[in-house]
Amino acid sequence: MNFMLVAQTVVSLALVSGALAVIISIADKVLNNYGECKLDINDGQKQLTVTGGSSLLSTLAGEKIFIPSACGGKATCGLCKVQVLSGVGAGQVLPTEEPYLTEKEKADNYRLSCQIKVKSDMQLRIPEELFNIREFICELTAMEDMTYDIKRLRLKLPPGDEINFKAGQFVQLYTKPYGKVREEVFRAYSISSKASEKDHIELLIRLVPDGLCTTWVHTALKVGDQVRLSGPYGDFYLRGDCEELIMVAGGSGLAPIRSLVYDVIEKGLPHKMRFFFGANTVKDLYYIEEFTQIEKEHPQFRFIPCVATPEPEANWQGETGFVTVALDNQVDTGENKEAYLCGSPGMLNACIKILKAKGFTDDTIFFDEF
Amino acid sequence: MTSPISPWIIFLASIITSNMILANFLGMCSYLSVSTEYKTANGLGMAVTMVLLLTSAINWLVYTYVIIPLDLVYLQYIIFIMVIAALVQILEMGMDRFLPDLHAKLGIFLPLITVNCAILGATLFQVIRNYDFLQSVLFGLGSGLGWWLAIDMLAAMRERLAKVKLPPGVSGPAIAFIITGVVAMAFIGFSGIFVIQ
Repeated sequence: MNFMLVAQTVVSLALVSGALAVIISIADKVLNNYGECKLDINDGQKQLTVTGGSSLLSTLAGEKIFIPSACGGKATCGLCKVQVLSGVGAGQVLPTEEPYLTEKEKADNYRLSCQIKVKSDMQLRIPEELFNIREFICELTAMEDMTYDIKRLRLKLPPGDEINFKAGQFVQLYTKPYGKVREEVFRAYSISSKASEKDHIELLIRLVPDGLCTTWVHTALKVGDQVRLSGPYGDFYLRGDCEELIMVAGGSGLAPIRSLVYDVIEKGLPHKMRFFFGANTVKDLYYIEEFTQIEKEHPQFRFIPCVATPEPEANWQGETGFVTVALDNQVDTGENKEAYLCGSPGMLNACIKILKAKGFTDDTIFFDEF
Repeated sequence: MTSPISPWIIFLASIITSNMILANFLGMCSYLSVSTEYKTANGLGMAVTMVLLLTSAINWLVYTYVIIPLDLVYLQYIIFIMVIAALVQILEMGMDRFLPDLHAKLGIFLPLITVNCAILGATLFQVIRNYDFLQSVLFGLGSGLGWWLAIDMLAAMRERLAKVKLPPGVSGPAIAFIITGVVAMAFIGFSGIFVIQ
């Protein structure tokens, strides 16, 4: 008897929900079928042919264009703004979007991409940075020791693919499970190669004791391996609204600065540059010859490596002491200068304190902390 | 045994004396949260009315021709809820396709309505009270119009109150509760006209 009742309940519910599911899927096929739609992004920079019927946010994500969204498409975070210039939905702000759009944004055709369904061809404008954030499966083509604990990785993008980044930005590197670590983790690393070289990137990775990602890089990763990364991210890039750039880096913080220096030189920008590179000992120094060479060829650039406690046998001729001391002695005022810092939080805070005392402000100090 | 009350009395009563919000306090969550702006509240009211009308009719058919013959009364809650959810989904898709302007105005509220208890409440009332088809449809329509009336009244008052400085202890949702209570009491005054519950 009980068994019959359970069986009847299960079968009835299955039939009812099955029937409703069939009705909904038929309705979805018939009513929600908008065929193929063409999306034109940033005036032809990218053209996509997609299947209509889903929200713009999820359609773009399906094409690996990731618009930030914290709420997952419920119109409660207001992050997924894009400009919709033409197509169904252009200029038609829904009541759900009202609270998140300013008058100026409405006038500029901004919409929340989670609230628009793709129903026709559309012209969109997406901020350059977001548009460029993508996932790349790269091949590790070279790996060499720069110091005893810093490795340089050269990652080649798939043939024909390219990464558009601003010098100073970073990528996220995803590990594969190794050893006792079962889960994938990702960490951010600044790109050290030139922004003009778009078919590959280079990263400088220092071995952090017990660091999940750095240990993977230093012990498990081999040349020829496939590496997944996403990017570029970050707002650490050249502003250049000044005459001189003061750059300070410690350890692997050299990476974004190297990219920035090459960017200024390759673009022929007039800025003077001074690069203070801090290391604990002489064996922590690297890229010294390269930067000394740049200094010789380009008078606008000066390279000031500082070693805190040089080994007696190394016969160190350069600045001795913390990088902050050299910074304090050699930079007089913050006038017409911008500072770009990358290093450990301790080093950054000490530098920021010194720079602020010299007249630098939050608007002229840019830093990348790790 | 169907209810002997005239369908038209049911219609009027469901708007005034048996108002979904003011007499039964059903559908309060969206009533309170979407009533800060008159325009939006009006859209939601319209959508609720439409969905109530349709679900009352369809759930009556489902009850009479599926649930009763198959002896599934003990599953009626689940079935009603599934039917409501499916109907709202299809309605949203259809509206988006054929009436995009209307969809832009009130289609976005449809997903909200699926979980509005006034919808399930109306269906269960009509079952408990043994309404026939016409009675059910008019009850659904009346309940919707009553809900719409109530949220419009509250939104209109809240919009005016937004421009006034209220004592901090009663501002925001507190004043919405107070208004609702006062209006509900005023509606008790109608209760001598006709009774259906």
